[in-house]
Amino acid sequence: MSEAILSGLQGLVDGFLSMHWSNPIMILVGLILLYLGIKKNIEPVLLVPIGFGCILVNIPLAGLMDKDGFLRIIYEAGITTELFPLLIFVGIGAMTDFGPLLENPKIFLLGAAGQFGIFLTLILALALDFTKLQAVSIGIIGACDGPTAIYVTSKFAPELLGAVSVAAYCYMSLVPIIQPPIMRLLTTKEEKVINMGTVKKSVSKTTKLLFPLVVTILGGLIAPKGLPLLGTIMLGNFMKESGVVSRLTRASENEIANIVTLLLGISIGATMDGKVFLTSQTIIILALGFVAICLDTACGVLFGKVMKVVTGGKVNPLIGAAGISAYPMSARVVQKEGQKYNPRNYLLMHAMGANTGGQVGSVMAAAVMLSVLKGMGII
Amino acid sequence: MDNWTFGITMIVIGMGGTILTLWILSLLMSFLKKIFPYTKEEN
Repeated sequence: MSEAILSGLQGLVDGFLSMHWSNPIMILVGLILLYLGIKKNIEPVLLVPIGFGCILVNIPLAGLMDKDGFLRIIYEAGITTELFPLLIFVGIGAMTDFGPLLENPKIFLLGAAGQFGIFLTLILALALDFTKLQAVSIGIIGACDGPTAIYVTSKFAPELLGAVSVAAYCYMSLVPIIQPPIMRLLTTKEEKVINMGTVKKSVSKTTKLLFPLVVTILGGLIAPKGLPLLGTIMLGNFMKESGVVSRLTRASENEIANIVTLLLGISIGATMDGKVFLTSQTIIILALGFVAICLDTACGVLFGKVMKVVTGGKVNPLIGAAGISAYPMSARVVQKEGQKYNPRNYLLMHAMGANTGGQVGSVMAAAVMLSVLKGMGII
Repeated sequence: MDNWTFGITMIVIGMGGTILTLWILSLLMSFLKKIFPYTKEEN
């Protein structure tokens, strides 16, 4: 009898006794993510499920990430199959208006310049002894694009998924803090006050409708390995611009995006098991992610300066900083910075153009990268 | 393939390919804007 009682009691304390030293630390990390999401409003729709998933997976003996654990089932269904980031992309496409970009298609080039950080960080990661595919996954943090980072990392370096995703989403939301000092440093006062005028409405509905088709076909032919990324974001946008499937568009940008975001967040959190996550490698990845976003901003602004010279002073180099995928935070940062030096300067719509260019640019960079890897026989 | 060769190839072909693709895209979209100009009736 007493033996049965002791065994029963043992069952209640096993959870505490089985704690690895890393589990309490990771539970604390989960709580910090929840705090950032709830109190600081940093990407709450992602940080809340990620933080909670992180806490769940660090409670021992629950077996949530074991073969039949519910988190493992969600992970296998949506991350291993790459389905979650792609469904999110349909929603992003449905939410995005590429009009400001199409008003001045040259701005596409700023969206390309904003991707330099990906490739420069890739080299840094290689220098720090990461494997080639790990370096690709770390570099992609510079896309400033959560779903792209998750798609690439889950495919090529799933062991880094937790660190890469957390870095991508945290730095994306820290864009208003990271970008302004770099923008100020790299531009002169004369450049900051350049007025680009107002954006005239000059894009027809037909052009807007053809845009997603052109990107899908051209991008797909150049970089077929990235077609899932390009195809899904452009499908969402095509549905929006067609105007005839408003039910599907609404579902993509609301119900589907919300459900998938919840499942995606909790799956990412589930990869943050302390025994795997708490390594020096994670800290290096977080540092490299920060470097990637700084390099993106710097290269975007420097390319903006080139465009200023080429256009005879018509382009304000500040909008180059918006050539990343952090939409619309980056465009707002540019508007705010521009108005500090010239209160009558309205750069927002120009920056929105560069920002949507950055969205296309980041997806295109990932697509090109995947096809180059395939071409080199690495994947 | 050593890491250095891989990194440089990725920068040259990867970044170059991204810029080239987006440049072609910008030309195509400028062309489409001319073929299908915006009309005030669309308002």
